[in-house]
Amino acid sequence: MNTVPSVGKPATRPAKRPAPKRRSHFTPARFGVYAFLITAALFFLLPLYVMLVTSVKPMTEIRMGNLLALPMHFTFAPWHDAWASACTGLDCNGIQVGFWNSVRIVVPSTILSIAIGAVNGYALSFWRPRGAGVLFAILLMGAFIPVQVMVYPLVRVLASVHLFSSLPGIVVIHTIFGMPIMTLLFRNYYASIPLELFKAARIDGGGFWRIFLQLMLPMSTPIIVVAVIMQVTGIWNDFILGLVFAGTKNLPMTVQLNNIINTTTGERLYNVNMAATILTSMVPLAIYFISGRWFVRGIASGAVKG
Amino acid sequence: MTNVSNVSIRNLRIDLGANTVIEALDLDVNAGEFVVLLGPSGCGKSTLLHSIAGLIDVSDGSIEIGGQDMTWADPKDRRISLVFQSYALYPTMNVERNLSFALRINGTPKAEIERRVTRASEMLQLGPLLKRKPAQLSGGQRQRVAIGRAIVREADVFLFDEPLSNLDAKLRTELRRELKQLHQRLGATMIYVTHDQVEAMTLATRMAVMRGGVIQQIGTPAEVYARPENLFVATFLGSPAMNMLQGRLERREEGMRFRTEHLDLDVSRYPFKTLPDTTLPCVLGVRPEDVRVGADLAQRGNVSLVEPMGNHQVIWLDYHGAQIASIDQDKSPIALGDACAFSLDSAHISLFDEASGARL
Repeated sequence: MNTVPSVGKPATRPAKRPAPKRRSHFTPARFGVYAFLITAALFFLLPLYVMLVTSVKPMTEIRMGNLLALPMHFTFAPWHDAWASACTGLDCNGIQVGFWNSVRIVVPSTILSIAIGAVNGYALSFWRPRGAGVLFAILLMGAFIPVQVMVYPLVRVLASVHLFSSLPGIVVIHTIFGMPIMTLLFRNYYASIPLELFKAARIDGGGFWRIFLQLMLPMSTPIIVVAVIMQVTGIWNDFILGLVFAGTKNLPMTVQLNNIINTTTGERLYNVNMAATILTSMVPLAIYFISGRWFVRGIASGAVKG
Repeated sequence: MTNVSNVSIRNLRIDLGANTVIEALDLDVNAGEFVVLLGPSGCGKSTLLHSIAGLIDVSDGSIEIGGQDMTWADPKDRRISLVFQSYALYPTMNVERNLSFALRINGTPKAEIERRVTRASEMLQLGPLLKRKPAQLSGGQRQRVAIGRAIVREADVFLFDEPLSNLDAKLRTELRRELKQLHQRLGATMIYVTHDQVEAMTLATRMAVMRGGVIQQIGTPAEVYARPENLFVATFLGSPAMNMLQGRLERREEGMRFRTEHLDLDVSRYPFKTLPDTTLPCVLGVRPEDVRVGADLAQRGNVSLVEPMGNHQVIWLDYHGAQIASIDQDKSPIALGDACAFSLDSAHISLFDEASGARL
């Protein structure tokens, strides 16, 4: 507050210096920043442009070799082929089979891995069982061991419990591999919640599950959004685990896409390949576009203000 | 309805990690008492409170609440409630659901929940706020909700962990008054932790001053203030702090005398616990309000600072190098550097053994 009493009217003040003008937005530094940003954007957008343009050209135009030219005869036929009739090996039902397989893998894997990660993080942050630190360290170590090392042992383990080459099998695999990072995510989020909140709930009579379900979970929306984004994109983009563990009936979209593109009989249908690739990357792309704002907010959310 | 329970702590020992925070502590809180645990930060007062609540495991000793051994009981079974400094309201629930959370958990019938929530919200004037989320409340309102949460549970013992420390000065005095009225109205046993001596003095029926996990003195606020058991309690309570003069006790024919280089004070009527039989180095403590200033008094000092407080003023005197504070209710016109006569009220002094710090 300004407590100095003002004496005299503003009009009788001595002549004012002219107020400094609003600074121009286009300083050389600004120009440099924009030049860099635009160049970087072009660099990453160019392949996408080529893919889009190629996917709507008929093969006759593609054979002419003008990679960057706009289509002369615009056609959606390659998209239709890619979705419904492209050949993945012997079957020619398009990539839609893979799409639905991926959905069937991603949805339960995401829900399961987040649920388990959240409970793990909650238990590690608030209940602190004996040896929690050691357990957490071991769990985190799992995140740094390359997947390839564990593939063969896991194949043996899954085969022995009759889950190899099945939908539940691949879901279990994704849940296991998602656990370290999900646990870390939720543990750190819950560590930022004041411990007194937990203590108050304990005094109010809450047990392990009630405090988790009624108090902690409703407070976890931002971090759940982050977890969903990470898991959906991660599992959707997975190739090797799907190839090894899912079995031929459940091959995810990424594996099907590879099969379409590597089909060696006859002419390479670049336009169909491009369309199939775009279709495959559509899900992660859409998720980033829709929830980018949430993602940043969740990552940046520190302490929860009561 | 609320039962009124006593709390009895025997030989309590608490270790946090490798540190022993509390060792062999005994404390009895009678039913219906308002006991304040007062001490500097890190003295173990919050740890003690949380162990009564069952949030910290004890290493040894026992905690009885209402005659029942609760040492290893779950927090929810101890019939206690705890109000935190940070309020600890559930952010996703509105005020009404915050208040009723405990009752919903233990399956209280709906009508009963409603009755209790209404009663608590009337007591604390929370009626218009019931549908709001904690984020939409001010600090004072939040702490009222936290207190309401304790009332709704109709606990036998109310525990408070520095509940007013996050509030601004005006709200703090306001809520302090409300808390005192609440205690009178409910008649429940309350244990209150604070580092604020004003809160301790005003709220407590008995207060315990703690340091280093040890209760230094326990008694009514008036007792503790007037007759501190040791140097720590003497200097911790009171603002400005008690004036301290180092000297020695001497036994003369006419009685005991306290002497320094410049001062010779008759302390023959001082209620010694045990009369020292030889000369003993000791510290004399006197509260600022027991230092009188006036024209015809025995001691002389120079005024080094005057702090006007509105209804009184604090005069700091330089007495041969020692700073002596005097609370002057008359607001005598006194200027810096004035020579000023003063006297110590020998009926209200405290004497401490210099070596042990204990009251003589």
